[in-house]
Amino acid sequence: MRQYLSKRIFSSILAITGLFVMVFFLARLTGDPGHLYLPIDAPLEVRKEFSEKHGFNDPIYIQFGKFLGDLTDGNLGYSLRKERPAIDIVLEAIPVTLSLAAVAMTIALVGAILIGSLAAYRPNGIFDRISRVVSLTAASAPDFWVAITAILIFSVSLGWLPTSGIGGVPYWIMPIGILVIRPLGLLVQVVRGSMITALSSDFVKTARAKGVKEKAVIFKHALRNGLLPVITVAGDQAAAIANGAVIVETIFGWPGIGKLMIDSIMQRDFAVVQASILITAIVILSINIIIDIAYAVLDPRIRHK
Amino acid sequence: MVTKVSNANKLLLKVNNLSVSFDTTEGSFDAVKAVNFELKKGETLAIIGESGSGKSVTASVIMGILTCPPGKIKSGEVLLNDIDILKLSDSDRRKLMGSKVAIIFQDTLSHLNPVFSVGSQIAECFEVHKNISKKESWKKTVQLLERVRIPNPSRRAKDFPHQFSGGQRQRVMIAMALALEPDIIIADEPTTALDVTIQAKILELLGELRDERNMGLILITHDLAIAAEISDKVIVLNEGKIVEKGTTKDVFINPNHAYTRQLMNSIPGKIAKQKKKISKKFSDPILEIKNISKFYDTTACDDVSFNLFSNEVLGIVGESGSGKTTISNLILRLESPSNGEILYHGKNILSFNKNDLFNFRRKVQVVFQDPYASLNPTMNIFDIISEPWVIHSDFLHKKLHKSKVSDLLKSVGLHPDDAIKFPHQFSGGQRQRIAIARALALNPEIIICDEAVSALDVSIQAQIIKLLLNLRNKFSLSYIFIAHDLPVVKDLADRVIVMKSGKIIEQGVVDDVFNFPKEKYTKDLLKASPSIEKLIS
Repeated sequence: MRQYLSKRIFSSILAITGLFVMVFFLARLTGDPGHLYLPIDAPLEVRKEFSEKHGFNDPIYIQFGKFLGDLTDGNLGYSLRKERPAIDIVLEAIPVTLSLAAVAMTIALVGAILIGSLAAYRPNGIFDRISRVVSLTAASAPDFWVAITAILIFSVSLGWLPTSGIGGVPYWIMPIGILVIRPLGLLVQVVRGSMITALSSDFVKTARAKGVKEKAVIFKHALRNGLLPVITVAGDQAAAIANGAVIVETIFGWPGIGKLMIDSIMQRDFAVVQASILITAIVILSINIIIDIAYAVLDPRIRHK
Repeated sequence: MVTKVSNANKLLLKVNNLSVSFDTTEGSFDAVKAVNFELKKGETLAIIGESGSGKSVTASVIMGILTCPPGKIKSGEVLLNDIDILKLSDSDRRKLMGSKVAIIFQDTLSHLNPVFSVGSQIAECFEVHKNISKKESWKKTVQLLERVRIPNPSRRAKDFPHQFSGGQRQRVMIAMALALEPDIIIADEPTTALDVTIQAKILELLGELRDERNMGLILITHDLAIAAEISDKVIVLNEGKIVEKGTTKDVFINPNHAYTRQLMNSIPGKIAKQKKKISKKFSDPILEIKNISKFYDTTACDDVSFNLFSNEVLGIVGESGSGKTTISNLILRLESPSNGEILYHGKNILSFNKNDLFNFRRKVQVVFQDPYASLNPTMNIFDIISEPWVIHSDFLHKKLHKSKVSDLLKSVGLHPDDAIKFPHQFSGGQRQRIAIARALALNPEIIICDEAVSALDVSIQAQIIKLLLNLRNKFSLSYIFIAHDLPVVKDLADRVIVMKSGKIIEQGVVDDVFNFPKEKYTKDLLKASPSIEKLIS
């Protein structure tokens, strides 16, 4: 297992390197930043000076070499837009997104386990039927529409919640609510499926024959087995949110990594794009490694491989 | 055989007029029909029946683990110490389960929870029923594991089910059933998946524990020989009905019902007497296996040499891990040996090029153990049987596929109309017939049967063995018949190879090896194999 993890970490580093090279070159295909940062009527000399100053005049391989050199010093470059180190900007944005992701996924996971397990206990029972319809609706709800409708109802008409911005609990309710809907719907369905399999397993029969109470049969014997596929999907969903809850961040004006990335791409702020992709990639690969560890913790058969 | 203690004759369990049905999409179907039996202290009752006879359903009713719906108890009483458990509330019944009556299941890998240590699963019995400290229940757990002879019990208690061998897992299961010293233990096919020598030890342990604690034991089995060895009385179930009951001796010596007699006649080891001896010249082998070895992390097969002659059935017997299936994989060239050579009509198959290999594969076909897993559930029977001709397209013109499939189905005893059906519409025995038809499709010279009848009921087993013998004569086939069940090999094989830990221990003509085994290991295997002869003689 330890060997497996170190392999995994090594291959993650390789993946990040590859990604980095790709991003560096692809970003430069979007065009000359001078066109965006300088006034339309800027004279040629000014343009030249701008390009010279930021090194955009050098051949691309020299730019890349410089970039690598800076990287070894831990320098990810300066933001053109904000004239600050790119990494500082990214490190301000990422906690906002991560806290959104953590809260939303915790709620979605706990909710899905409860609802999905109860639905699986009596498949086709009344609870199962209702939860199936509701979870399918939730899993397919378009979040931009739900977000706007929610603002219309809860902020504009009722005036209960702030429309946007960052602050105390009321500011969190709508963004979190919107972020929870889709993963919750999806996870309820995954939990239901894997719990139906787990509850019809032979070891559940053994537990019942020992006189184990139904609550323990479901939440101890079956759940521990049924969780594995759920963790995979949950990790996937968490990674998707960490990758930038772009829509929610934009609509509710949350200064997270998703919003930052979109803005910097639009403005050809290469250094910030690169830094935010690097940090997000590290976060996502870490989530994957955490999933692997969770697998091993939950299932001794994987642990002993 | 274990001596049985006579006792106070206290009645432990009485099942009166029990009927159980299942609701299916095709309507209601009666699984158990008006079954009556009783069990006294210290007594062993064997419930004998083939799959679908209702024996396991009866056990799950007694254990209160019948899934309702689709199951439905239509009538009857299950009196446990004079209390009808069918009338109890769920929570009252739960108090009796595990403490008064406990069950040992067949497939221990799936019946033990894979994610909890075996110790914690045994200790759970105490946590559920007794108010004792964690430390105390762990101590008792270790004692139980010691009692069922798990070596190093205090360390092993922390291990997980997959870290134990099949025999050890069955011991763990027995320890779990013993935990609360129940009056009755139900053993549902407790040794089916185990090797004969392990099986003998598990049965011995069960008998020993029954006598030590004066428990009642209900043994559910399809194997008449096991029932003969361990039980005092038997009931024979067929299609949910008791067709015969009585003391074990009476039933086996003088079976009254036609079904019991049919079962007795299907016991492997009997067809051998009817088998025509084909005089054979053991020259010109089709297949020569020369000193092959295969090493993985361990040695799977070590310096094995033997020949296969034309129109011969060669049995390979051995317990799990003896290297039988490795040899099959090497001959099929699904894997390559680490050393040695395999000659097919004098040519080394290991140096075959792609084209040679393609032609070789036509000549060597295989029938696997589990007919539920070896047929693709999404293909109909026609597609399954004709697929070899799609791969070997020069073998048969497309226009002839249909009539050839009909011929093949007929020769394995199925109807040509079955071609449009799907595997799930057939029983285990019928599926194995389909697998045989598929193996025959390319007119092979050799068919490797890897435990091809192990998963089947005895009466079906007997039919398939007869079919294989007929087909051998009809198509002049050679079989390599791999099995752990010695009597089956006796029925079918001309020569036999006995394997242990990757090595050939003994080989020779079947009658010689079985009647006059030279090696100790062969003798042990034969001794461990249960038989009804000891009871009858």
